[in-house]
Amino acid sequence: MNERTLGILAPAAVLALGVMLWDLIVRINGIPPYILPSPGLVLTTLVADWPILWSSLLATLETTIEGLALAVVGGIGLAVLFNQSRLIEHSLYPYAVILQVTPVVAIAPLLLIYLPQQAAVLACAWIVAFFPVLANTTLGLNSVDHNLADLFRLYGASRWQVLAELKLPAALPQMLAGIKIAGGLSLIGAVVAEIAAGSAGAGSGLAYRIAESGYRLNIPRMFAALLLLSLAGIVIFALLSWITHLALRRWHESAITREA
Amino acid sequence: MPSTAAPIVSLRGVGKLFGTGTRALDGLDLDVREGEFLSLLGPSGCGKSTALRIIAGLSEPSRGSVSWRDGADARRGIGFVFQEPTLMPWTTVFGNVFLPLKLAGTDKVAAAPRIMETLARVGLADFAHAYPRELSGGMRMRVSIARALVTAPRVLLMDEPFAALDEITRFKLNDDLVALWRELSMTVVFVTHSVFESVFLSSRIVVMTSRPGRVSSELAIDAPVRDAHFRTSAEYAGYCRVTSEALHQAIRTPAGVAA
Repeated sequence: MNERTLGILAPAAVLALGVMLWDLIVRINGIPPYILPSPGLVLTTLVADWPILWSSLLATLETTIEGLALAVVGGIGLAVLFNQSRLIEHSLYPYAVILQVTPVVAIAPLLLIYLPQQAAVLACAWIVAFFPVLANTTLGLNSVDHNLADLFRLYGASRWQVLAELKLPAALPQMLAGIKIAGGLSLIGAVVAEIAAGSAGAGSGLAYRIAESGYRLNIPRMFAALLLLSLAGIVIFALLSWITHLALRRWHESAITREA
Repeated sequence: MPSTAAPIVSLRGVGKLFGTGTRALDGLDLDVREGEFLSLLGPSGCGKSTALRIIAGLSEPSRGSVSWRDGADARRGIGFVFQEPTLMPWTTVFGNVFLPLKLAGTDKVAAAPRIMETLARVGLADFAHAYPRELSGGMRMRVSIARALVTAPRVLLMDEPFAALDEITRFKLNDDLVALWRELSMTVVFVTHSVFESVFLSSRIVVMTSRPGRVSSELAIDAPVRDAHFRTSAEYAGYCRVTSEALHQAIRTPAGVAA
């Protein structure tokens, strides 16, 4: 069996075993659905509640993607700015760190006071997602081969040429690694903010559905919403991994499979 | 090559003191003459690489002066080959050789014939679209040389370019470099710690002492033909012996006493 099929079959087998075990435990012990629903019931609920869950999924995904997009633009932009000016770097970097180390759960209620709900949720997603992009891109921009930098100087490259032709391409692997982390974090930020926001309405996301179902003891729907959230996280991660692979496969060591 | 040609660049009393307190160079006088193949030979830490970087303008001397015969702008007409191939891994061989022209504002279509011609010169015409990681160490170094040659530099500076290569590859590249030097009639300044390499390649060898680096002695190598035959000749062996003695003399001489 080759590495690729093993990588698909092994986790699939673990999943099947887990679901079977879950189903067995529910059946044998006769556990009522408001304590632990069976996997079958979760799936039935997912189908039955699809219209509600789908619109909630779209709301959460929209926040996540917008948060990620802002994190990518903001993180790379700030990293480039830091790289160009030591003064700006020294002035702002500590605050970027503070924003990152302060738990977003604690910031969310405050943001909800000052910002409209949608903007506050987006701000939370951005706050948790932008730092890995900033930190990784900064590292990448600063790890440029010294001899290559000398070569650019020798040929009289302008500041802009050094940035566009040398620093940004050299930083690409680290930048993409940061974006991959930011994708998952943006989803977490969106979920945290939705739970903190907690108000009903048509535009409510999946996290709100989970909290609401919890209050109503609608545990099957809670599971169904949770399932969708993890699936969304997996899809985001897979998509970003694929983009990374496409961008680096021709040249970067991480994208090269070696034969033993 | 006429050894009496006017120096294209002159170093006078050049000293280099690093922030760490290391005195890499002290009172270095050196003339690079038009059209010569000059090797700077010396033990590790004798400042020969520092001297090369100062000529290139990548490092400023702490003391002394560097003057170009045709004014400071002449510095624009140099090519530099590092000890490592120093290629951009994210672009192809073509892209790497294109770099100096791109930075000078030449567009890709206009530059293409010159790039392909230079690649052919170093024997890599078929590898224009390969990425550096797909090439062997020797081929990567050829790309590095092609990149230095593509601007048709008047002076080519090389910092131990073949030190990390195996002997067979090094011999081949030495042969090719001599051929290129004759064909393109450029001036080459070549830093090495190998006596055999410097004798094979150079028209003149400057032996340096270490800590601080300065000129210990210089030798002219007057053999007109440099080929496989020369490498095994008694003449070559003789030059190697003399050069080797000069290098030992440089190592034995206490710093500051060297004439």
